[in-house]
Amino acid sequence: MTMNTQGRPTAPASVSISAIDTVSGSRGLLQHEDLLFEIGTPETTGVDLPKPKGVKSRLGGVVRKAETGLAGLSEPQAVRHYIRLSQKNYAIDLGLFPLGSCTMKHNPRLNEKMARLPGFADIHPLQPQATVQGALELIDELATWLKTLTGMPFVAMSPKAGAHGELCGMLAIRQALIARGEGGTRKRVLVPESAHGTNPATAVQCGFIVDEIKANARGRVDMDDLKSKLVRSDDIAGIMLTNPNTCGLFETDIKAIADLIHAAGGYFYCDGANFNAIVGRVRPGDLGVDAMHINLHKTFSTPHGGGGPGSGPTVLSEALAPYAPVPFVIRDEDGFYRLVEQTEGAAKDSFGRMVAFHGQMGMFVRALTYMLSHGADGLKQVAEDAVLNANYVQARLKHVMTPAFEGFCMHEALFSDAFTADGIETIDIAKALIDEGYHPMTMYFPLVVHGAMLIEPTETESKAELDRFCDALESIARRAAQGDETLKGAPYLAPAKRLDETRAARKPVLKWTAPDTARVAAE
Amino acid sequence: MTTYYTKDHEWIRVEGDTGTVGITTYAAGQLGDVVYVELPESGAKFARGDDFAVVESVKAASDVYAPVSGSVLEVNAALTDAPETVNAAAEGEAWFVRLKLSDASELSGLMDEAAYAAFCEGH
Repeated sequence: MTMNTQGRPTAPASVSISAIDTVSGSRGLLQHEDLLFEIGTPETTGVDLPKPKGVKSRLGGVVRKAETGLAGLSEPQAVRHYIRLSQKNYAIDLGLFPLGSCTMKHNPRLNEKMARLPGFADIHPLQPQATVQGALELIDELATWLKTLTGMPFVAMSPKAGAHGELCGMLAIRQALIARGEGGTRKRVLVPESAHGTNPATAVQCGFIVDEIKANARGRVDMDDLKSKLVRSDDIAGIMLTNPNTCGLFETDIKAIADLIHAAGGYFYCDGANFNAIVGRVRPGDLGVDAMHINLHKTFSTPHGGGGPGSGPTVLSEALAPYAPVPFVIRDEDGFYRLVEQTEGAAKDSFGRMVAFHGQMGMFVRALTYMLSHGADGLKQVAEDAVLNANYVQARLKHVMTPAFEGFCMHEALFSDAFTADGIETIDIAKALIDEGYHPMTMYFPLVVHGAMLIEPTETESKAELDRFCDALESIARRAAQGDETLKGAPYLAPAKRLDETRAARKPVLKWTAPDTARVAAE
Repeated sequence: MTTYYTKDHEWIRVEGDTGTVGITTYAAGQLGDVVYVELPESGAKFARGDDFAVVESVKAASDVYAPVSGSVLEVNAALTDAPETVNAAAEGEAWFVRLKLSDASELSGLMDEAAYAAFCEGH
């Protein structure tokens, strides 16, 4: 038998402490991090080059007299700073991201590999078209998929995000009205009150007037209110509707809504932000849609935000296709892929150009990779699994939380704060989720539900992962229902504690001031 | 001096042909901590139902609607620097504007205190 002669304990410690303060401010391996300017000292530098000899400055009087004020840092200090910050990020690659309305699905690594192929990554938009036929073919191929999946005859590929796609669709509608000689009279755009804020903002940006339609008790468009808004119809430009809507519900009257709008002489803009719930199952073209943007970064798994720009191709109906923005790709009879860049010929009625070049090439490659790796049947299953997962979350939590509406949901589960005890609010539940290691759900949106909590698990998550998340949220919800005051102080385990949002908004500090300067100023 | 209330949670206190307008205590409570108030220019004219001011809390930004038509005689500029007054004294010190009423008959479409209290109860 070997003796433990090092004095090393072999049993777990019997004392457990839930939260302790540390001298460094770090928590275990989650390091506290100061600002670069607080870490840096003027004596420190990452490079130490000797002053060049025999070189005369030619700057004369414009030579800088004061210090640059940049933080003095060694290379390891700078590297550690950014690595530590990156470790504080929550990301889809770290865990379930329940942010409703955002479709935070996994970004497959195969997409990344394809996007880095030199034939796609190392080309320039001004290269001769004959040298980038593969890239143009890819844009055309992706366009074909988007048109097929939506049942629409045309797609404008250049819009660079969802809201940009909305702008594209509404500009096409405006151009169509101008072509009809009704640009000056048809100014009213109907928008449901549950709509995402970008809808009314886009309409106003295009010079339209927004008229709000109420929601009914089932969370859908109130058809009576809609009809009353159409009694006068000669000023109707169109409607902007999200389907499934921002309450995570399918607008069951959508065909009737489309017919009413068309009968009134208007166009139907569908916000495609929630296409993930119906892709492969429903073709918006069959529902009477005239324009719809598709967020490649939602439905088709390209990264959000820091991982890459958004992309919002916009499908257009026969009625709106002639007004589509340039440039777009067409395939000549001899098989040559050509960019239509001028508003003439095939694009003589185009409303113009929205972006400098063809769109987000890197996102196009990723989205097409996603489509091809899933296939048509796989995409259908994407929608089914996304809806199934959201309903699983709703079913697991409806006994402790309050579903905002009765019945099944689509791709996201929406709860109100009706179940919480007095004094406990949605934000307390969201903050407590941080302590459980999750990014909070979307909160206080949509506005039509009090204390809204919107959870979109997407098809990415397994049942085991959903169960872990639901266990955590269920326990928090029970505490909220019992009025557990400790929730008001959450998060306790995060690098930063509960922020004073009110003070931050009332007295924002927008510029860092050196402690020395601040002290001198105070004296 | 009579105070009237709207379904959009504004109040107007009328003296002669002048009305002082603000948002109700109930509305301020629903908004949460108010962090910003945007007021119109003195002299601006509004029709009944026009949005004439914006009040922003940590939770949401909301338009404030004119309870009746009129032109702005005076704005409560102190709110710009001290938006928290709206939470402390919504129906007093935190008035938004004084309006010169252009059509006093519009007041008949508004609620009195009891009717407004009942209206909020129903929410």
